[in-house]
Amino acid sequence: MELDTLTAFTPGASLFGGILIGLSAVMVMALFGRISGISGITNAVLNGLSPNANHGGDLGWRVAFILGLIAAPVIYTAATGNPVLQTVPTSLIGMALAGIIVGLGTAIGSGCTSGHGVCGLARLSPRSLAAVLSFMVSAGVTVFVLRHVV
Amino acid sequence: MRIFAGLLAGLLFGVGLVVSGMSDPAKVLNFLDVAGSWDPSLAFVMGGASVTTFIGYRLVLRQPAPKLAEVFQLPAATQIDARLLGGAALFGLGWGIGGFCPGPAWTALTLLAPGTMVFLPMMLLGLWIGNRVSQR
Repeated sequence: MELDTLTAFTPGASLFGGILIGLSAVMVMALFGRISGISGITNAVLNGLSPNANHGGDLGWRVAFILGLIAAPVIYTAATGNPVLQTVPTSLIGMALAGIIVGLGTAIGSGCTSGHGVCGLARLSPRSLAAVLSFMVSAGVTVFVLRHVV
Repeated sequence: MRIFAGLLAGLLFGVGLVVSGMSDPAKVLNFLDVAGSWDPSLAFVMGGASVTTFIGYRLVLRQPAPKLAEVFQLPAATQIDARLLGGAALFGLGWGIGGFCPGPAWTALTLLAPGTMVFLPMMLLGLWIGNRVSQR
């Protein structure tokens, strides 16, 4: 894979960023009484946009949440002057495949890194712990095979 | 008020992803590559986020109700079944190929990398199909 390059170890920035993510999750629970799983929020918006959907008044803040996610790098760069560094894999077929598998997997497994990882582990949910172990092992094996076997 | 609060929460989440390095697929793939160019940074993201949430949830869930909604709605499912484990394993496969999970895929959008522009619509399609499949 073309991304087999070193990245800098950033424990301080990663911890700080993690705390911001945690604060956002707490904010969503405090205000809306909901888990902030990004696949769940995205899925609810997709379903909410269909004509005869019943979203119980939660469509508006969820759409706004996603707009906030999208705006984040722009606001971050405007506020700090730092560019957002990002190296996205260049194989478009690989990324298309990855995208559809991520979508399918999070829909079937009822969550992703944020919902099961952050919120589920914080709730000490055995179900989320099982899901996290499953996707961490699966992702680790996938990267191992793609980088060291194939 | 609800819209503004949602926007602010999404912004906070997104800035957290950017600051932590979680929105960079190269960093995610290096975190997963324990046998190669391992970068343990993302363990600090998960640690910081889940400990903060653990403490915050305990304070918040003592309240009688959320501020802008009627009730707290926590997931009720408890069973650990093939659907949960299989779905999660499938998600891990895609995460390991592309380095994106759903949150970072959204925050990557404005940087307009070709890989993101392909990943995101396919992820939405996958969610939509997965949702239909799961309802049966």
